[in-house]
Amino acid sequence: MFRIELHAIDYAILAIYFAFVLGVGWALRRYVTTSSDFFLSGRAIPAWITGLAFISANLGAQEVIGMGASGAKYGIATSHFYWVGAIPAMVFVGIFMMPFYYGSRARSVPEYLKLRFDEKTRGLNAIFFAIMTVFSSGISLYAMGLLLQTLLGWDFTVSILVSAAIVLTYTLLGGLTSAIYNEVLQFFLIIAGFLPLVALGLKDVGGWAGLKQKLAVVSVAHGFAPGAYSHSWTYLGSPAANPMGVEWFSMVMGLGFVLSFGYWCTDFLVVQRAMASESMSAARRTPLIAALPKMFFPILVILPGMIAIALTQDAGHTGFALPPKPDGTLNYDLAIPMMLGHYFPSGILGIGLAALMASFMSGMAGNVTAFNTVWTYDIYQAYIRKGESDSHYLRMGRLSTFFGILLSIAAAYAATRFNNIMDLLQLVFAFVNAPLFATFLLGMFWKRTTGHAAFSGLLVGTVAAAIHHGLTLPAGSVAGIKGGWLALLHTYPSEMAQNFWTAIYAWTACFLCTLLVSLATRPRPESELTGLVYSLTPRPRDDAARWFERPAVLGAIVLGMAVALNIIFW
Amino acid sequence: MGLDIRLPIGGFFALIGIVLAIYGVLSDPSIYQRSLGINVNTLWGLALVVFGVAMLFFGRRAAARKGSRE
Repeated sequence: MFRIELHAIDYAILAIYFAFVLGVGWALRRYVTTSSDFFLSGRAIPAWITGLAFISANLGAQEVIGMGASGAKYGIATSHFYWVGAIPAMVFVGIFMMPFYYGSRARSVPEYLKLRFDEKTRGLNAIFFAIMTVFSSGISLYAMGLLLQTLLGWDFTVSILVSAAIVLTYTLLGGLTSAIYNEVLQFFLIIAGFLPLVALGLKDVGGWAGLKQKLAVVSVAHGFAPGAYSHSWTYLGSPAANPMGVEWFSMVMGLGFVLSFGYWCTDFLVVQRAMASESMSAARRTPLIAALPKMFFPILVILPGMIAIALTQDAGHTGFALPPKPDGTLNYDLAIPMMLGHYFPSGILGIGLAALMASFMSGMAGNVTAFNTVWTYDIYQAYIRKGESDSHYLRMGRLSTFFGILLSIAAAYAATRFNNIMDLLQLVFAFVNAPLFATFLLGMFWKRTTGHAAFSGLLVGTVAAAIHHGLTLPAGSVAGIKGGWLALLHTYPSEMAQNFWTAIYAWTACFLCTLLVSLATRPRPESELTGLVYSLTPRPRDDAARWFERPAVLGAIVLGMAVALNIIFW
Repeated sequence: MGLDIRLPIGGFFALIGIVLAIYGVLSDPSIYQRSLGINVNTLWGLALVVFGVAMLFFGRRAAARKGSRE
């Protein structure tokens, strides 16, 4: 069994890291006096900080382990999660949606839904969201516990309890500010830990040209054209021609439009970071600033996976091989951790490991700070105890942080079924998030949309997702948690294709249902919708900022760079 | 907020950079076989020190400006 051996120097680096994380929380504790300080950082944080926190909060197990695994499994096409997925959605939320989130002074995404639609739509979203954040945070925790156990021989229970205790301590002390500050620290640490890994790996395989050569062998061995692992678009003409088993339409519509816009534009976990920024202009720039480093993250998280599979193909020569799982397939989830053990001597190994743990902890803290806000403002204050003093809600915020972490630990023990963590998360997002973007799109840009329509649209969308999942299966799977639990009408070439199509059906069902019910119900008077709907809100002026700080300019630069990356790696 | 994030980040990277660089000089060269013969600890340690010091510099400069304005 592969094991990484740590020395005193590695433990020392880990200890310094934990000391700083806790120290930041400790230093910030005296700035938390109101619930707004705790949940929204008093809306006082500069854009570059909220921007880095915006990506870091999402940098959990899904990103690091999942993207590394997918890089090894599918090759460079995994970059579509960034270049077709995240980046356009981040530009859209910054330029078009942030004026409503920030301008309406809503304290959370569900609260925006209450302002725009009605109480029941908010309640539905808040409850869905609370469950989802606890689940994601639990997956992050589970993945970390399993990894530390596999690689270092640390005890699973002790690992997850200690890291949960650290996250709990710093979020309790400094609230959202502490989570955001630590996310920025973690952002830099992740680069510090992974950049030398990628540099060494790339040097070892003979640079990009050498990697392409080795991947061609992998590709042919899997029955694809030689370039299928190193081209992102060339082989998307048919699902049979690429290892992902998807074609360009479901890639662009399912992943690019529905899933990514659903996540980056409506998920309170990331939107909360922008809401904490100091001004409307800073809030709009948050996702745009985040997009700049984000589009280069495939270098840090996908490339190591591609290098790992290339080395495995030539294991006799390189001495590196991903271990097989009991079912005979390779354990792709170990791609990045094993690369760390393979290339890093002790010393820098401590930094690599701290980076890995940082990613898990930032993912978890992001979920927990979003959970406590939605619980306190949108569930507790809305339905359980209205009209209490601010200090009462601050206390409830701290209490719910504690319970949120307890629930995550419970979820961590429950999350053991899927072999690829990311596929499971995509499934959950497809059910809950995919219809949501249709609701926001109609709600923000069509003033006729009504509360009854939004509510029924969300329900119908989620039900449509569940039915589609129940009627289809990915090739080679048996009916059950992978789908087909109602009947089997269609078989997709891969799990990913099934997820993308589930999202497309859910979005379409929600869009049509919201549209039809809106036409049949009475709209709210226009005077109530100012600041909530595009056509009834004055355009935000950004002429005060320097030219490169204007959201439209920044957005155009970001999109141009993303298009260039797509073309370079076509 | 009252605390400039650049200060703890700068302090953190300067500190682990120094620790890493010193360890790189003192450690047995044979451990660098796995990193393709490159002493990554010293090299990367120095890079982190430069980054940390730059963060500290900008953080302190911002604090000084803020102080002189008040």
